[in-house]
Amino acid sequence: MEKWYLMTTVVLIGLTVRWTVSLNSYSGAGKPPMFGDYEAQRHWQEITFNLPIKQWYFNSSDNNLLYWGLDYPPLTAYHSLLCAYVAKVINPDWIALHTSHGYESQAHKLFMRATVLIADLLIYIPAVVLYCCCLKEMSTKKKVANALCILLYPGLILIDYGHFQYNSVSLGFALWGILGVSYHWDLLGSLAFCLAINYKQMELYHSLPFFCFLLGKCFKKGLKGKGLVLLIKLACTVVASFVLCWLPFVTEKEQALQVLRRLFPVDRGLFEDKVANIWCSLSVFLKIKNILPHHTQIKISFCFTLLSLLPACIKLILQPSPKGFRYTLVTCALSFFLFSFQVHEKSILLVSLPVCLVLNEIPFMSTWFLLVSTFSMLPLLLKDDLLMPTVVTVMAFFIACATCFSIFGKTSEEELQLKSFSISVRKYLPCFTFLPRVIQRLFLMSVITMVLLTLMTVTLDPPQKFPDLFSVLVCFVSCLKFLFFLVYFNIIIMWDSKSRRNQKKTD
Amino acid sequence: MAALGVATSGGNWFSALALGVTLLKCLLIPTYHSTDFEVHRNWLAITHSLPVSQWYYEETSEWTLDYPPFFAWFEYALSHVAKYFDQEMLNVQNLNYASSKTLLFQRFSVIFTDILFVYAVHECCKCVDGKKSGKELTEKPKFILSVLLLWNFGLLIVDHIHFQYNGFLMGLMLLSIARLFQKRHMEGALLFAVLLHFKHIYLYVAPAYGIYLLRSYCFTANKPDGSVRWNSFSFFRLISLGLIVFLVSALSLGPFLALSQLPQVFSRLFPFKRGLCHAYWAPNFWALYNALDKVLSVIGLKLKLLDPNKIPKASMTSGLVQQFEHTVLPSVTPLATLICTLVAILPSIFCLWFKPQGPKGFLRCLILCALSSFMFGWHVHEKAILLAILPMSLLSVGKAGDASIFLILTTTGHYSLFPLLFTAPELPIKILLMLLFTIYSISSLKTLFRKEKPLFNWMETFYLLGLGPLEVVCEFVFPFTSWKLKYSFLPLLLTSAYCAVGITYAWFKLYVSVLTDPPVSKTKKQ
Repeated sequence: MEKWYLMTTVVLIGLTVRWTVSLNSYSGAGKPPMFGDYEAQRHWQEITFNLPIKQWYFNSSDNNLLYWGLDYPPLTAYHSLLCAYVAKVINPDWIALHTSHGYESQAHKLFMRATVLIADLLIYIPAVVLYCCCLKEMSTKKKVANALCILLYPGLILIDYGHFQYNSVSLGFALWGILGVSYHWDLLGSLAFCLAINYKQMELYHSLPFFCFLLGKCFKKGLKGKGLVLLIKLACTVVASFVLCWLPFVTEKEQALQVLRRLFPVDRGLFEDKVANIWCSLSVFLKIKNILPHHTQIKISFCFTLLSLLPACIKLILQPSPKGFRYTLVTCALSFFLFSFQVHEKSILLVSLPVCLVLNEIPFMSTWFLLVSTFSMLPLLLKDDLLMPTVVTVMAFFIACATCFSIFGKTSEEELQLKSFSISVRKYLPCFTFLPRVIQRLFLMSVITMVLLTLMTVTLDPPQKFPDLFSVLVCFVSCLKFLFFLVYFNIIIMWDSKSRRNQKKTD
Repeated sequence: MAALGVATSGGNWFSALALGVTLLKCLLIPTYHSTDFEVHRNWLAITHSLPVSQWYYEETSEWTLDYPPFFAWFEYALSHVAKYFDQEMLNVQNLNYASSKTLLFQRFSVIFTDILFVYAVHECCKCVDGKKSGKELTEKPKFILSVLLLWNFGLLIVDHIHFQYNGFLMGLMLLSIARLFQKRHMEGALLFAVLLHFKHIYLYVAPAYGIYLLRSYCFTANKPDGSVRWNSFSFFRLISLGLIVFLVSALSLGPFLALSQLPQVFSRLFPFKRGLCHAYWAPNFWALYNALDKVLSVIGLKLKLLDPNKIPKASMTSGLVQQFEHTVLPSVTPLATLICTLVAILPSIFCLWFKPQGPKGFLRCLILCALSSFMFGWHVHEKAILLAILPMSLLSVGKAGDASIFLILTTTGHYSLFPLLFTAPELPIKILLMLLFTIYSISSLKTLFRKEKPLFNWMETFYLLGLGPLEVVCEFVFPFTSWKLKYSFLPLLLTSAYCAVGITYAWFKLYVSVLTDPPVSKTKKQ
């Protein structure tokens, strides 16, 4: 690549922004007794380092599961253990059993931030760079611009480097998986994706498109010949990688069950805090949480999720293509986020990742979605005292997208990928030509509401009767937009092949 | 937000670059700030709460007002905004006051005044000829120049981390240079006169302005061989220039003259009590001189040529006290440095007079003045290298030879700023930003001049690559060795000595190129 230096500068800009954001506060800073996610990660280092592996997921006098008990899959635990070994060398107090609860210091913060940066640098950033380099039919400059926009996506930066989590690891593995299966490295791809699931169970949101895409590939090759071989190979890879990750836990049934119980806490509620999904938004009018019995809630959410993601998945099995795969990842993750049980606000990042991947195809809508997704986490970010970095990184991202893709010029039906949809609607409704204009208006309105709501949340005190007024409003507004995006992305998927056929005809 | 979108949507790369760096500056708000933060807070307090007559006498804080009056008025103006943020920071007695609102205000004041710098860069870009421009945007000299200036590493860390107001001052200087390029000489002179009364460090480059305006503006014509035509002298132009300088000075110093405080003001502006070198040695000639002295004294002790009892204690234990006493080599007096500086500046001035080459020649002379005074000046700050680096950026996109000198100068000059930031959280920032700027500047200029001979020879490449291991040794290896306590000054000494070599080399090379450039062909081109 002759413009390697531009890519290097882009990566360096991404790293600089990440590190400067990390100078800000983290979740639960100076807030005893429970602190926040930062303390959770530190606590896991403490647990994994000091306790034998069999006790990690069990409640004991040394391991109070109610105090940030380990509830992520084994790979996270191993990662914590690795970090703990480094911490031990620098300062053993950081991971001392019991006494280190709520440990906070400038040096420790630096250490924790550095672990995130290193993980990011090793897993997520190379995947993004490689993904952009592999894009076809694009000038080098566009590839670099695309990488810049993906690396500047504020949601991930703010959650990982502000709030404090290691999403870049699981998302990075998922991205490696997507890269692998898109470019015919099916086995490596599925291995990477298994690692992603074993790092964070939320990656299951992405699992159905992976499954459907690979299954579709096998069907395409013919289930009697090559397809069957591929299927068996894939199955072996998946089973082997899972067994490898779970090796210390699969030997005893009780161990494995306990880990699963920790990973999927079904006895928790339908949703937590304020999430921009259907159930939380509905609860403004209807307290489903209190009306329906627990198991009914689970069933309902399961049915809705399944119904909303089924069409895209079936389509993917029948016509597997890398492009369809990316869009199906978006809709599936979005369906899970909107309808499934026990969703966190941070789970929107799982939708954002595949949206980042289609940024170059539909820049206008993707930018819009990514802005909304960051906005939907506003209550969380404000709680962590991250207003300043949020505003700055969102503006930087917006400017980067606007400059690199000149998004405002790209709102024609063609560029929104709605051409074939509009054509088929026009068969019944000839006057259906206003869609791009409507979408532009909607975008403008959406940006205005987001800015206004942010301003209100920051400056005004909510009325005493409704202390959560603004955060509920933020979630409700975001949820409406997410529903709109769900419909939009489904339309793209459903009308995709038709458009290709039409293009061929016109060519 | 929508306005931002409109501004950037039309492929307007310049505003995107400017906005991008502004946002980066906002992200740098929570970083470490040096005592200069308190200095400027104290000046805010002094100018806000005391009458003008007290400004240059007040000494509650050790950071007394030692900038010219315009800067004091600038602080006065700022203080009227500051009172809406936090009234407490305007109290002279409130030493080391740094509430979060104070921090926010001070940081934003720097970011906001940088608008002038952005405008100046915009004007400078107009002065670059786009003949050599490639097809792609990223290969256009204008684009490269605006990145080199707007995203300048030195300005970012000195202004937005360390804390100073160099941005808008540099903006004034660049703007005045741009005006001279645009043949708007009076405006250029006015801007520079104003600048001098903001910060008197720019006196170093005043000779270039004086001679250039006299030679190329007051004399309206040249003989065919390029020498001066004495009868073309325009008294009117000289008088109007003089009037401008006089009026600006009167506006600035007049009130203090009326209060008969001028001697006090000047004693504050030119404190010769301070030592030869600043706390961190700026990488100039004296750093090499001091290092040589140190090496000689160590050798002398080893060979028993020196008596250990006669050696001044301070120089052996730290080596970085303000008053550095030389053990072997003769000590240096302010007068000696002044003479050295003048001698170093003179040839470039002669060149400007006898070989006028239009604004480009002026720019070269200005850079040489800045560099020479940096090399030989008394109590030079390492930050002063920006005075040479920023104007040099203008030259770098014009000619391959200049680009090579620029790259050596900036890379070493920027590296020498590293000791300014010594706190752990800022370590990744300075390394990342330095890499960002260095990789971009080297690669983009290489791309721009790819048809000409390579920018560096093997020696220069080797020298520049050496900065990497030096950084590793100084910041990552040295703190873990047993020498850390005994020779704590060693990393600083190594850094400034190593950088001094590069800057001396760049200075020398630039001088050679200026003195040997054929004059006639250049003037014809213009």
